[in-house]
Amino acid sequence: MKTLIIDDEPLARSIIKEYLQFHPELELIGECNDGFEGFKAIQQLQPGLIFLDIQMPKINGFEMLELIEDPPAVIFTTAFDEYAIKAFESHAVDYLLKPFSKERFDKAIAKWQQSGKRSIEKEQLGNLLGASSSPAEQQRVVVKMAGKIRIIPVDDILYLEAADDYVKIHTREGAFLKNKTMSYFESVLDGSQFVRTHRSFMVNVVEITRIDPYEKENHLALLKSGAQIPVSKTGYAKLKSVLGL
Amino acid sequence: MARSPLSVSRFRTGFFIWWIIWGALHALLITSYGYPAEASVADSLVTNGLLMASCWIISNILRYYLPYGNQYWYVLFLSLIFSLVSNSLSKFILNLILTDPDYTGYLIFLANAYWIRLGIAFLMAMCMTVLCVLWYTQEEEQENRQRKNDAEKLSRDAELYKLRQQLQPHFLFNSLNSISALIGSNPVQARSMIHQLSDFLRATLRKEEDQWVNMEEELQSLELYLEIEKVRFGHRLSTSIIKDPEGMRMMIPPMLLQPVVENAIKFGLYDTTEEVTIHIEVKKENDILKIVVTNPFDPQTASPRRGTGFGLNSVKRRLYLLFARTDLVDTATDGRIFTTTINIPRHENPDH
Repeated sequence: MKTLIIDDEPLARSIIKEYLQFHPELELIGECNDGFEGFKAIQQLQPGLIFLDIQMPKINGFEMLELIEDPPAVIFTTAFDEYAIKAFESHAVDYLLKPFSKERFDKAIAKWQQSGKRSIEKEQLGNLLGASSSPAEQQRVVVKMAGKIRIIPVDDILYLEAADDYVKIHTREGAFLKNKTMSYFESVLDGSQFVRTHRSFMVNVVEITRIDPYEKENHLALLKSGAQIPVSKTGYAKLKSVLGL
Repeated sequence: MARSPLSVSRFRTGFFIWWIIWGALHALLITSYGYPAEASVADSLVTNGLLMASCWIISNILRYYLPYGNQYWYVLFLSLIFSLVSNSLSKFILNLILTDPDYTGYLIFLANAYWIRLGIAFLMAMCMTVLCVLWYTQEEEQENRQRKNDAEKLSRDAELYKLRQQLQPHFLFNSLNSISALIGSNPVQARSMIHQLSDFLRATLRKEEDQWVNMEEELQSLELYLEIEKVRFGHRLSTSIIKDPEGMRMMIPPMLLQPVVENAIKFGLYDTTEEVTIHIEVKKENDILKIVVTNPFDPQTASPRRGTGFGLNSVKRRLYLLFARTDLVDTATDGRIFTTTINIPRHENPDH
């Protein structure tokens, strides 16, 4: 079975390497410094198990996993982190708290082997990301476009639009697709900045320049960018309360 | 409990001198009307002795029952009672003492002057009462002010303590993890890292808020911290420190720069994937200790546009609590470089 270590600290990687020597069935195929490298390596090398640090440069471990279509099995390694620990305990993913002993490491491997070398499920990952991200991490959205990773600060989002199984994130530099639901974004984004004006639309209120009546009981919100966003009757009520009208 | 004004030696002396002068005047005045000197002296001693005792008692009563708001009747009542009692008592005592027929004329004069004497006694008692009310009110206010100051100082100390204690547990656990890795591969370096970590922890624990340290000492613990981080992050992290010897002698609240450098590292190392150099410059400018910390960051993804950002609020708050100034922390971005400037005015009185 191929394994990969993704951690930004060289010494943290070296101790995993040391412990891995006692597990000849696991073949170490690479080490990565950050989420970007990890993302590339997982796609190219298709490991069956990865050791993943959470706090890493640019994008954290959860955000990296989220970008991968078919993620491998994961054993998280992390130093004390109140967000992450709560999330792990409620979602029963195995994790190693740094510094960890060889015995604890062996136990994690045994657990993974007993579970039938199950890989992490996408749904589980969404929950982990939602529950474990710190406020600073909720200030951005990580997307992938043509194989490249982009980090979008939430302030740069003009509006969100539902598109089948995806959500289309509209920014000044174009639109990006993210494999998520509107209700996910509704729960993650700051409600005083982003308002769900319509079943398929969520708008950054800072961007609104005008709200005009449009057919019967509906409205249209005009954004600085010129985009027109449908506003339903309930959406209009929400918008009014957020804008203090 | 407030102090009585008569417990202050300065006021007590004044009080007695006043009564001696007043008693002497009293005796002289009556003698000048042609009454026997013994009679006038006895009168002065008895009358003024009683009046003085009354004033003494008034000052003690007011110590326990201070009138609030507009309770003027209380002041009047107290003065009236004491003047009536002392005046009647002095008349009674003088009638008992001065039994010799030589003094009959004097006793008649005393009886005639009853109301005038009562008036004077009332004025005296009233004066004493008003002075005491003023005194105790002021004492009480001072006590309240003191208490308020004490409470504020306590909460300020507690807040400062908390601000200082925010050491990142992340740092500690990751350092221990690095040591754990080094024990296998490089025991000598593992040992030296344990020493660095211990020295650093000791430095953070030891310092009291009001014990300012000189910049030399502050920089030493910062360097320890940076050395540990360099072991953790390997070649990715390097530092450059410029020190001006004059600045190094200036004083600084302990561990003030720690969160600033932690931020520089956090945003330098977690916001970029390249190699990172943190610059620290210490200098003295116009008698102000100036510390400039710069780190690279990614303006595309970092959120310095969100208010103060970079978590420097604890440093700002601490400097505000110490100096009541909000302009001592300055941040600036220049392309991909983030600069934090901390200004610390010269510290004259370490007890303040």
